[in-house]
Amino acid sequence: MTDAGLQGPRSELGEILHHLVRDPLGLAGLIIVTVIVASAAFAPWIAPYDPIALNVPDRLQGPGGAHLLGTDQLGRDTFSRVIWGGRVALQVALPTIGGAIFFGLLLGMIAGYGPRWLDSLIVLLFDTVRSFPTVMFALAVVALVGPSLNTVIIVIMATSIPTYGRVVRTLTQSLREAEFISAERSLGASTARIMSVHILPNVLGPLVVLAAMDIPTVVGLEAGLSFLGMGVKPPTPSWGSLLNDGYNLIRNTPWLIVAGGMPLILTTIGFTFLGEALRDVVDPKLRGKGGK
Amino acid sequence: MAVLDILDLSVSYTTPRGDLKALRGVSLSVPQRRIVGIVGESGCGKSTLISAIIRLMAPNAQIRSGSIRLKGAEILELSEAQMRALRGAEISMVFQDPMQTHNPVLTVGRQMIDIQYRDKLSKTEKRKRAAGMLALVGIPDPEARLNQYPFEFSGGMRQRIAIAMALMAKPALLIADEPTTALDATLEVQIIKRLRELQEEVGCSILFISHHLGVIAELCDEVVVMYAGEVVESGSVRDVFHNPAHPYTRALLDCDPGHIKVRTRNLPTIPGNIPDLVHLPQGCIFAGRCDKRHDACAARPDMATVNPSHHAACHLIAVRETA
Repeated sequence: MTDAGLQGPRSELGEILHHLVRDPLGLAGLIIVTVIVASAAFAPWIAPYDPIALNVPDRLQGPGGAHLLGTDQLGRDTFSRVIWGGRVALQVALPTIGGAIFFGLLLGMIAGYGPRWLDSLIVLLFDTVRSFPTVMFALAVVALVGPSLNTVIIVIMATSIPTYGRVVRTLTQSLREAEFISAERSLGASTARIMSVHILPNVLGPLVVLAAMDIPTVVGLEAGLSFLGMGVKPPTPSWGSLLNDGYNLIRNTPWLIVAGGMPLILTTIGFTFLGEALRDVVDPKLRGKGGK
Repeated sequence: MAVLDILDLSVSYTTPRGDLKALRGVSLSVPQRRIVGIVGESGCGKSTLISAIIRLMAPNAQIRSGSIRLKGAEILELSEAQMRALRGAEISMVFQDPMQTHNPVLTVGRQMIDIQYRDKLSKTEKRKRAAGMLALVGIPDPEARLNQYPFEFSGGMRQRIAIAMALMAKPALLIADEPTTALDATLEVQIIKRLRELQEEVGCSILFISHHLGVIAELCDEVVVMYAGEVVESGSVRDVFHNPAHPYTRALLDCDPGHIKVRTRNLPTIPGNIPDLVHLPQGCIFAGRCDKRHDACAARPDMATVNPSHHAACHLIAVRETA
């Protein structure tokens, strides 16, 4: 594969995709993630029923028949609720991760490249935030301002920033001493140019991998908070509230808890596979080498 | 007029033990279109000197006195922004380890295009120029190779790419910091020849740092010998190598495996160590290791003239002249 560059210019993204689908793990991850994202994006067209429409006469029906995954105690179609629940999960996960990456990059690069005192200050901030257990912190905030999707997003984002910020800071610190940075400086590159052109692309790869692996964690957190009734408000479907509904009726209608749990498991598997495969692919040096 | 004139430059590092006087009263000059070599063992201040010239110094380094003139204009007084405008445009640098001098995650083309940010050219033109520079340093099929990542090139090629990037803006002065140390002997010869050709083609001056005497002899017009932060001898390569005036230069040449005529198991060394640069000894800096030491060495020797273009800091020269 040493002649990769001679096959004609292929975009960076195309290159990554090309190698991703060759890895069975990556392909599996990519398919699962695509299914989850597509079903969330096209929920109104995929879901056969309105996820919050009550239909008490048809309550607690088993899987099969008119309702693919049965109905809950209020007669709502479980399959539709799973699909719409995915939308909620991603509505929380994507802005959360996106915001955490943005602020993590910003603070991490400042801490890693800036003066020592600023570094200490930012690290102190990170450590303070990290010292709160996320769920406890979330419960406390929700108790103060009331449960809502936005509260969940902001709380999880705030507690995730240090994770990204620390990775960025460490990478920036080691890159700062790299000889190619001195070489660029000796050729007249400014600090802004070094940060944006040279440090950022070096940091982005590991960060994308981290983000892919982090999505299940965030989805799980949202489900956990919703399970506790601290996440999205009741009629809105969420995998967590599905689990909660099923949990109360586990003896008689086990399909409800399975329907709530399966997408969580799939999400975790899908994004973890994708993250693992991405790790080998985002580094141009590891591309196309060996079996994995 | 010389491209670079350094006069009486002193640089110190602030350390917990006190001031480490890394450079003391260093003067040298790089004439136009000439290649000047700086030779000296590790710790003699070569790296401090070039970091002072390009002003990318360690945070604890301070320029205590002296002047650095580029084409006659003092650059020690320039602000950081003015200095940055000079870097890459007037002064460029090639580093020691070619495996580390490129951003590993960007293609060579992207890096070469990016470094031309000062020029108002279209991306296609910049790309064309980058390919032209690669061709100039002897990289075959430059158009296609611009799409490759640094790891897809060999060490010798990477060093040539580094040279291409440094010469892109046709600087007046190229500083080469041991550019062949990390390469094997055949590649070393290649790079040396290429540097010579390029110097003529671009018309720049080169300040070439090395501890390899053979490379200096091969490439340079003039040579400056440094020891423990001072210039001990300077002159044309012919004068200094054939008629070394300073005992240190002589000892250095005696230690060069290329000069040894008799078969031996143990290579010769210069006995003793570099003096402590925090607590400097009185008098001649080399006296502690010198086999020609005598009473006069208790006083610091001045630069004495051997011939109009050959100088050395040793009392023996003055003695020889008066005798």
